[in-house]
Formats: sequence, structure tokens, C-alpha cells
Amino acid sequence: MIELKNVTKDFGTGENQVHALKDISLTVEDGEIFGIIGLSGAGKSTLVRCINLLERPTSGTVTVNGKELTALPQRELLRERRSIGMIFQGFNLLEQRSVLQNICFPMELAGVNKADARKRAKELLDVVDLPDKAKAYPSQLSGGQKQRVAIARTLASDPKVLLCDEATSALDPKTTRSILALLKKLNQELGVTVVVITHEMRVVEQICNRVAILDHGEIQEVGPVSEVFSNPRSEAGRRLVLPDEEKIHVLPENRLVRLVFNGVSATEPIIATLASEQGIKLNIISADTRSIGEKTFGNMILGLPLDETEAARALIYLREINGVTAEEVTDYVQ
Amino acid sequence: MFSEANVELLKNIVQHDLLKAFGETLYMTFFPTILAFVIGLPLGVLLVTGDENGIHPLPRWFMTLLNTLINILRSVPFLILVVVVLPVSKLLVGTTVGSKAFSIPLAIAAFPFIARLVETSIREVDQGVIEAAQAMGATPFQIIRKVLIPESMPSLVSNFVVVLITIFGYGAMAGILGAGGIGSIAINYGYYRRRELVMYVTVVALIILVQEFQSVGNYVVKKTDKRIR
Repeated sequence: MIELKNVTKDFGTGENQVHALKDISLTVEDGEIFGIIGLSGAGKSTLVRCINLLERPTSGTVTVNGKELTALPQRELLRERRSIGMIFQGFNLLEQRSVLQNICFPMELAGVNKADARKRAKELLDVVDLPDKAKAYPSQLSGGQKQRVAIARTLASDPKVLLCDEATSALDPKTTRSILALLKKLNQELGVTVVVITHEMRVVEQICNRVAILDHGEIQEVGPVSEVFSNPRSEAGRRLVLPDEEKIHVLPENRLVRLVFNGVSATEPIIATLASEQGIKLNIISADTRSIGEKTFGNMILGLPLDETEAARALIYLREINGVTAEEVTDYVQ
Repeated sequence: MFSEANVELLKNIVQHDLLKAFGETLYMTFFPTILAFVIGLPLGVLLVTGDENGIHPLPRWFMTLLNTLINILRSVPFLILVVVVLPVSKLLVGTTVGSKAFSIPLAIAAFPFIARLVETSIREVDQGVIEAAQAMGATPFQIIRKVLIPESMPSLVSNFVVVLITIFGYGAMAGILGAGGIGSIAINYGYYRRRELVMYVTVVALIILVQEFQSVGNYVVKKTDKRIR
């Protein structure tokens, strides 16, 4: 379990002081995949670095695996860090070491004997699906392969917790999916608790159980992914999840409705049904939906018919569908 | 220039003195360079790790003192430094002439230079890699030994060659003060006695040596660097 209590982090002093994190309290349960999402500059990287104390919080406490890291002397902190793995956007492999030597590195630090370390490193290469790359050097690998090596390296010290700092941000979508699938596999098979820092909703959607939205150094909301993403409550959450409404151009007389898909069955043809059964035609202004599992999440902005009674009937119909929330949009700017 | 007397003198020098001079020059190049690296390498590492944002920050006054000392030593022109330091050689090796005596001032002239070169090499190591090692629980000493030095090895080796060639040049310069070696031959015969032929031959010998240092250095750099393949 990871527990942050009233964590703050300030950089600089006096006029130049920046409050990177403001009173963050957060609990990540064992075995969970927890996402922290926010735009750049929100304080995500600082927050994840406060978990393993690469950045020491200005105030507050950090407890990981039952040990209060903020209270430990340096020596013990270094030992505790071995059970907290971390992977990075830039992979951070040792360029002058082969893949196998890279994976042996944390075991070298811990004083594991060389033969055992090599044996374990080879097993880990199998786990990350790169059995034939032992002798290669990082410069010979692709981004996805480098991240796999980095994952194998961090697994070498049998971590209970794995911190991922924008671990897929430098990868293409296909590679991102395969790395995320690997993280999910490790979570399920080894029971590693995973904390994912990202600015991409897709990453959170694909693997996270719960998500926290971070903005201006503060946690805006925390909850199950489906809940937060389908119906964001905070200002920052709406900005992140809902499409940019300023770009919508419609006739001013059109009333707009925002349809939030909160896990409605993906096969249910809502708009088509409305047209064929009620004879009401809606204008799709924008749509940002995706299927997670068998359900649809996301939102759509629809233009209601000009006829007032038709518009009212459409609203009533939409509001009655399970898993969908409909609300009129009044806050968009033309 | 090619008079019989000159050619005869050259033959004489080649037969009797050149090999010995070569030996002295090599001694005066390698020994001080290695000695200077023994002092300069840890200092260079310290300049990076002891920095405010380094992996093991040291008190600010200490870092300022270290930086100032290195700058002072680097600002004294080499030949003047030799004159100042030669009494130390007398104390350590019992003499102020010959390649052994001049190795001490050469090493003293070179180590602050090396400290600065090592500093730049070590600073080239990606901050992210250092952070990864810290996240794995590496101690500052482990980071120095297993990350900073191995990761900057190609750069350190090429800086070693730079120092080697600089010291080689200083050694030849020191010939003027009685250091021995090929530099002494060039100065004594070529400059004081105006025997140009001898001077040109020694110059060619010096050029060949420097070329060799550089190509061996480049080869070693290429062999150590695993980034370019």
C-alpha cells in the first residue's frame, strides 16, 4: 500500500518559490493499477518522485509497504527503494552495458552473486519477451524494446510497487499498447502494485482501476476510471475528458445536448433508434466515445431539432436510457 | 643544411642519443599523465557529485575553495610553474634535472586541467540514468563507480589522449630547462647551435609520436563506446 498524507513540495525560496504539490493525500491499495493524470506542469512527475523520495517532500508523510519512508535514515531508505521499482519516459538504460548487464545492475547494487544474477536476468528477459537480446546494447534496440529491458531491470529486485513516469509517452500507439499489456500482466501474475503517471487518457483507460486527476499541484478528483472519465466532476477533469467546446460551430438557434456515455452497451444504437422510432433527427456535432470491454464510454454533443416539442421529446427519450446522462449545454463559446 | 658536417652530426645523434631521448620523452609523457589522473580523476568526480544538485552535495565553502584552487593552478603558465615547483622535485627525487625531476611539475601542471576535463566528461552522463540508479537504491559511491565513470568512459579516454598530448608538448617545452628527451635535442642542436637538419628530424619524430597517440586513442575510444555500432 502507498499512502501519502498532506504531502507538499515547494521549489525555490522567496519570490521564485513554486508550490509544485499542495497538500496531497492519496492511498493506493495493494494490487491496484492506479493512474495519475494531468496536463504538463500539473506536478505529476514531482508527485511520483515523492513516492520513492527521489524528491523529498517539503512536508507530509509517505508510507510505502508499511514503512514510513519520510522518517527513515538515508541508509534504510536506499534499502527500501529496492522494493519500489521505477520506469521512465526516457528508459534510462546504461548505454555502455549490454542488456543482460543492465538487468544485472540492481542485483549488483544489492550484492547478489554474479552467477545467480545472470541466471535471474535471463529469466526476466523471458518474462518481458526479449530472450534473444541478452548481448545487445541499448543503442541497438527500439524504444519499446528498451522499455521492456527497463521493466526487466526493475523487476530484478522483486519490487512490490512499480512507478511508471510517463513510461509510454515516447512510444508509438501500438508499442504503447503492448507495454501496457505487459504491465497489466505483471500486475496480475506477480501482484505488483502499479502507479502510472501520464497525460494520456488512453493509457489510463487501458489498464488503470482507479485514477486521480492532478492539476496545479492539487488532486481534483479520485475514483474508478469509468466514473471519473464518463462524468468528471472537477473543472480540471472536465477540461481533460470533455472535448474542446470552443471549437464547436453551430447555428446559434440550435439547442445543444451533451450525452455522457457511462457504460451503456456498445451495441445499442441510440441515435438510430431515436430517428427510426420517434422520427426525431439529431445532429451529431462532436463525438468522443470509445469502447472499454463491452461498454461505451465518453461523450457526444448533439444538436437538438429546432422544433421545441421535438427537442423536448428527444431530451426525455435520451434521459431514460440506462448508462447515459443527458444535459443541455449552455456553457459553450462560439 | 645538408653539409657533410650536419649529416655526420645527425648520424651521430641518431646512433647515440635519439633512442635515449625517445625513452625520456615517453617517460615524461606517460608517468606525469598517469600521476595527474590519479589526482585529477577523483577531483573531477568530486566537482560534479559535490555540486549543489549533485548526488552528494558538499558544503558550499568547500566547493568554492576547490574550484578556486583549481583555477589558480590552471592560470599559472607552465614554464613558471616548473620553476616554482622544481624545489619540490629536489625534495622528492633528489634532483632538478632530467625527466624524472620534471615529471613532478608536469603532473602538478596537468592535474587541475584533468580535473576540469573529467568534470565535463562526467557531466555528460544523462541525469535520467543517475536518477534510475538512485531509484534502485544505489549509494553515491556505487553511482560513481558503476554509473558515472563507466558511462563516461569513452569521453574520459579521449580526454586522456588530449592530456597526454598536452603533457607531451609541455615535456618538449621543458627541454629548455634541462628536462631531457626529444625536446632537449631540438632546442640544444636546432636552436642554440643552429643545426636545422637535426631540428627538422626531431620535429618529424615529434609529429609521428603525436599522430600515434591520437590514432591509438581513437581506436580505444571506438572500442570502449557501445553507443555507436
